Amino acid sequence: MTTPQDGHAIRAEHVSRHFEMGETVIRAVDDITLEVVRGEFLALLGASGSGKSTLLNLLAGLDRPTSGAVFVESRNLAEMSPLELARYRSRTVGMVFQAFNLLPRMTLEENVELPLRLAEIDRAERHARVREALECVGLAGRLAHRPSELSGGEQQRAALARALVNRPSILLADEPTGNLDSKTGLEVMNLLDEFKRGLGMTIVMVTHEAPLADRYADRIAVVADGKLVKDGVRQ
Amino acid sequence: MKIGDLAELAVRNLREALLRNSLTTIGVAVGVASLVAMLSLGVGLQQFTNKRLANSGLFNAIFVAPRTNFAGFIRGNHAPAAHPLPLTEAARLEMAKLPGVVQVYPEIRFITEVRFNHIPYTTVVSSVPSSDRNDVAFQKMQGRFFTGLDADEAILRMGFAHQLSKDTASLIGRDLVLHYAAREPLTAQTEANDAGTSSAANSSSGSSSGGFSIVPKTTKLRIVGIVEHQPGEGFGGFRDSQVYIPLHVAQTLQATQVSDLQQMLQGHSRQRTYASLTVRVKTSAQVPGVEKEIKKMGFRTFSLFDASRNLRLLFALLDLLLGIFGSLALAVATLGIVNTLVMAILERRREIGVLKALGAADADVKQIFFAEAGVMGVLGGVVGVGLGWFIGRMINLGTNYYLHQHKLPSVNISAVPWWLALGAIAFAVGVSLAAGIYPAARAAKLNPVEALRYE
Repeated sequence: MTTPQDGHAIRAEHVSRHFEMGETVIRAVDDITLEVVRGEFLALLGASGSGKSTLLNLLAGLDRPTSGAVFVESRNLAEMSPLELARYRSRTVGMVFQAFNLLPRMTLEENVELPLRLAEIDRAERHARVREALECVGLAGRLAHRPSELSGGEQQRAALARALVNRPSILLADEPTGNLDSKTGLEVMNLLDEFKRGLGMTIVMVTHEAPLADRYADRIAVVADGKLVKDGVRQ
Repeated sequence: MKIGDLAELAVRNLREALLRNSLTTIGVAVGVASLVAMLSLGVGLQQFTNKRLANSGLFNAIFVAPRTNFAGFIRGNHAPAAHPLPLTEAARLEMAKLPGVVQVYPEIRFITEVRFNHIPYTTVVSSVPSSDRNDVAFQKMQGRFFTGLDADEAILRMGFAHQLSKDTASLIGRDLVLHYAAREPLTAQTEANDAGTSSAANSSSGSSSGGFSIVPKTTKLRIVGIVEHQPGEGFGGFRDSQVYIPLHVAQTLQATQVSDLQQMLQGHSRQRTYASLTVRVKTSAQVPGVEKEIKKMGFRTFSLFDASRNLRLLFALLDLLLGIFGSLALAVATLGIVNTLVMAILERRREIGVLKALGAADADVKQIFFAEAGVMGVLGGVVGVGLGWFIGRMINLGTNYYLHQHKLPSVNISAVPWWLALGAIAFAVGVSLAAGIYPAARAAKLNPVEALRYE
C-alpha cells in the first residue's frame, strides 16, 4: 500500500465495504481506488443503492472499510482510533446531508455553534464564527429562528454554514439538493462553487443528478453496484 | 465537551421532553424524600436521646474511685490492688490539669436530720455542682437553681416536699434547718486530752495521728426549688437524695460521710480523701483519653460514654435499616431514569448520528446522557430533600399533637441536619449517574451511519 502523493487531499486505495445479511454478502463498495486533488470538486454520480453514499461515509470516517485504505491529507483513516476519527470529523471535514439534519429544537445559531462546542472553542470566539458562517450563506438575520421556521433551501444553507464553521479543508455533501426544488438546488450549488473558489475547499458531492454534476463539478466519478465504473468523464 | 456546555445541553434536552423528564425527576425526588424522611427519624431520635443524655451530663462525665478491693462487689477480672491509692485533694488537682477536663468534684452525700416547722425528718443530702444547672431535672423544676456556689440554699425532691406541705409551691422561700454530724480535725493537744468523750478516731501511732472528732452542728438553708425527678448525674442512683445543696456549701459543712470510716481504717484520716470523684470533660469525644490518663494514675474509672458503645451501635443499625427502607423508593426511581434515558436514545437516534458526524466522540455522547442523568439527580435530590424535610416536620407536628393530647412534653423526633441534606443530594446524583451508565454506553456505541439513516 502506498501513501498518497503530494497534492492529493483524498486517496482511497482498493476500498471495499461489505455487509453480511445472513448468508448473503452485500458489496456496497467493492474495490474502489480514487484520488481527489486539493481544491477539486468531485461529483460521485450514481443511481440509488449504487454505493456512492457508503463510499462518502468511508471518506468521512463515519464507517470503516472492510478492506483497503482511505488516506486523507496523508493520514490513513483505517488506522485511526475512534477518538482520532472523531477529531478528524470535527476539524478536517464538514458534512451536509440530503435531509439537512439540523436539530429541530435548537435555533439556527445553536445548530451552527454545535461543532464549535464539540471542538471546545471559547464562547466569545464561537459567537463571532457562527455569525461569520451564517453571513457566508446569507442567513445572518435568522440567528434566532428554528429550522422549522425556515424553507428547505434556507435549512440546507444553514447546514452548509454548520459544515463550514470549523473551517474544514474538505466538504462532503450527500445529495445536498435531493430535497430541494431545482431553483433552490441551484442556489445551494452556487454556494458550494463559491466555497471551492473562495475558500479553496476540496468538495466531494454525492448526487444522482447528472446535469448538476456536469455543471459544477471539476470531475465526475460514476459508481454502479459498488464499483467505480467511470472516472473523470463529464457528460 | 466543556462542563458548562454539557450542563447547558443537558438542561435543554431535558426541557424538550418536559413532562416525561419531570415525572422521572419527581420519582427521584420522592425516592430521596423517603430516604431523608426515614433517616431524619433515625437522626432525630438519636439527637433526642443524645441531648437528654448530654443534658444529664452522663456522656461527658467520668466516675473515679480508688482501686478498693470490694469483696464480691466488683465484676470482671480486676487484679486486687495491694496498696490502693486514696483519692486525695492532690489527685483531684492533678486530674483537673488533664487536657479537656472542665471540673473535678467529689460526691458528697450524707444522712442527716432536717427540721421544718420544728418537725424532724431523717433524709439524705447530696451536693450538686454548678455544672448541673443544665440538667433536665433542674430545667423543669418548680422555683429556681441555686443563686451561687456558696448560697445557703436547698432544692427538695417533690416526694419530700409533699411530706412537708401539700402546697409545695408555698415551700419556696421558706427555711429548713439541717442537723448534721460535722467532722473536726484533732489538734495534738486535743488528742492528748481527749478521753474519748466524742467519737474520736486515733491511729495507733499516737500524737500525729490526724484523727478527727465528730461534732453536732446545725445550719439554716432556704428552699429555692423543687424537682420532680432525681438529677440524672451520678451512677446507679448514687444521688437518689431528697435534699440537694450547692457543692461548695456541702464541702464547707464538713459533714461526716460513710467513707470517713473507711478513710480512718486505711490510715489516711489526717489527709482528707474522697470516696469518689466526678470528672467532667468538655466533649464526650475526650472521655476515652481522659479516662485512660486517670487509669494510669492508679484509679478505677467508669464512664457511660464507654458503656454506651452498644447504644451507638444500635443507632447505627437503626439508621442502616431506615436507610435501606428509604432507598427502596429511590431504587425504583433509578429504574425510571434508565427507562427515560433509553427512550430518549430511541427518540434522539438521528441526533446522536448528527453529533457524531459533526465530530462528537463516543465520550462526548456518553457525557451528554450522563449529564442529563446528573441534572435529574441534582434536581430530584434538592426537591427530595425539601420534601423529606417537610415530611419530617409533619411527623414532628403529628407526634407533638399526640403528645400534647396526652399532656406529655413536646419532642422533635425528626431532624434533617446539613450533612443529611447534602449527603442525600450527593447520593441522588450518584445513583442517577449509575442509572445513566447503561443508557450512556448504549448511546455512545450507536453506529453513526445507521443512526443518520434512522427516521
